[in-house]
Amino acid sequence: MLKSALSPLTRGFSSSVAWALGLFWIFPLIYALWAAFHPTAYATHFSLTAPLTLDNFVAAWHQAPFLRYMLNTVAIALLILAFQLVLCTLAGYALARLSFWGRELIFGLILMQLMVVPEILIVENYQTVASLHAVDTYIGVGLPYFASAFGIFLLRQTFKTIPQELEDAARVEGCSLLQIILRVYVPLARPTYLAFALVSISYHWNNFLWPLVVTNTESSRPLTVGMAIFGAPESGVDWSVISAGTLISVAPLLIAFLMFQRQFTQSFIRAGVK
Amino acid sequence: MIRHQQIYAWLLLLPALALLTAFTYVPTITTIWDSFTGTGMQAHTGFTLDNYRFLVEDDVFWQVLGNNLEYAAVTVPVSVALAMAMALWVNGKVRGQSALRLAYFTPTILPMISVANIWLFFYTPEIGLFNTLLGWFGLKGLNWLGDPDLSLYSLMLMAVWKEAGFFMIFYLAALQGISPDLYQAAELEGASRWNRFRRVTFPLLMPTTLFVLINAFLNAFKLVDHLFILTKGGPNNASNLLLYYIYENAFSFFDTAYAAALTVVLLVILVVLAVIQFGVIERRVHYR
Repeated sequence: MLKSALSPLTRGFSSSVAWALGLFWIFPLIYALWAAFHPTAYATHFSLTAPLTLDNFVAAWHQAPFLRYMLNTVAIALLILAFQLVLCTLAGYALARLSFWGRELIFGLILMQLMVVPEILIVENYQTVASLHAVDTYIGVGLPYFASAFGIFLLRQTFKTIPQELEDAARVEGCSLLQIILRVYVPLARPTYLAFALVSISYHWNNFLWPLVVTNTESSRPLTVGMAIFGAPESGVDWSVISAGTLISVAPLLIAFLMFQRQFTQSFIRAGVK
Repeated sequence: MIRHQQIYAWLLLLPALALLTAFTYVPTITTIWDSFTGTGMQAHTGFTLDNYRFLVEDDVFWQVLGNNLEYAAVTVPVSVALAMAMALWVNGKVRGQSALRLAYFTPTILPMISVANIWLFFYTPEIGLFNTLLGWFGLKGLNWLGDPDLSLYSLMLMAVWKEAGFFMIFYLAALQGISPDLYQAAELEGASRWNRFRRVTFPLLMPTTLFVLINAFLNAFKLVDHLFILTKGGPNNASNLLLYYIYENAFSFFDTAYAAALTVVLLVILVVLAVIQFGVIERRVHYR
């Protein structure tokens, strides 16, 4: 009896804590919206009568080459994804379906990259990219990420669940190895590809340290590095303009996320379960 | 056929292995090599222990390592516990749970650099938002980023905010995999809500917790983006972290040999993490 009387009370308390936390979590974004759409005078002065303005966006747009940065980010993220999809498919298939000497050892070595991520080896990798004359190019930013242990692992796990009989049937019909991979394995692993693509794109949209080290000019600098320069105190930008710039920089990914929210979260879940 | 398989396998693996060799295996080895044979900007000046001798005597290194361990010791348990709570809320019967899930998850997809700019304004003294809010309650504002006793904690707060929602996703996945029969059985036994959590949910989430813990530790050592915007490791290295210190040594002080020695320390920490992962987690979760 006592339990049933207490339960709604504790449940109510629990959901108010949940909501308080939720508000705190979304607050920076809400605040950025507030600051960006109001004149600077209202940055910490909250009033319902505050006039709306787009001036901050105009100012931000003129202060930094956002379009160029965005183009660079999209190009880098897609370049990396394209390489990852091809390389991880080939390696994932070999590890899932072919028996060869040293398979377990190779698999273990590949998984090492999950721990020793490219960010940690920036000093050596910078020297390698410099010796290839690839500093300040899309290729240079992408190179350390083209082979992804995470992608290889994810695809290996998926390929292992595909029935061997399908491959045998394709072989009987005279398909070559690459045809088997392309026509049997790739179509059946489509959800895994989608999951990996979303995780990879959002990772590289947000990546900062390596692009900072390896880019020097606007010609290859991604949004994150551009934002770091844009927000630096030396550049003397005011908060409302920074908020507007921040919103510009997160808008494409945020809008994509809001539109495909279900697929996004499902993809992260799928990638996490493996 | 068997011989063909050997050749095909190596051909398929070749491009991935070549890139991993060039950007993971070789740099790992040359980092160790350089730390024993380089001085300053110059590589291969003969075998020397100078970099490590300097490291042992470098007060800043010990401070930075201590900072990073404290940073991990606070952010990891807090964000993992919050992530679990968030997942339980969103998975349960809280009103408007899909909006709540969205709120929790949003920081994950925003670039650290961009949101750090917003947090910088929250933390700014005098006109900053946090101090304005404190002012409404008649409280004196804090020097969130300029006070050496506070700056590291300010970084931790933002890191927890950024990461908890990401880890929540893994818990959500695990919760959806728990059979409802188990809860019905527990209910028949008359178990209270707390006991149901303690006896059913928590143990079944254990593999996820271990996985998330490892990833949270890894992030505590590899994610330093917010330092570039918020504190630059200051004041006076009070909020400096290992990877940022490596970056400073390599690209601001141009001491690549010392940066290599520092990287070796980071690699050792990661190896320990990997050993824990393979020793503890792989025994429970078998990848087949």
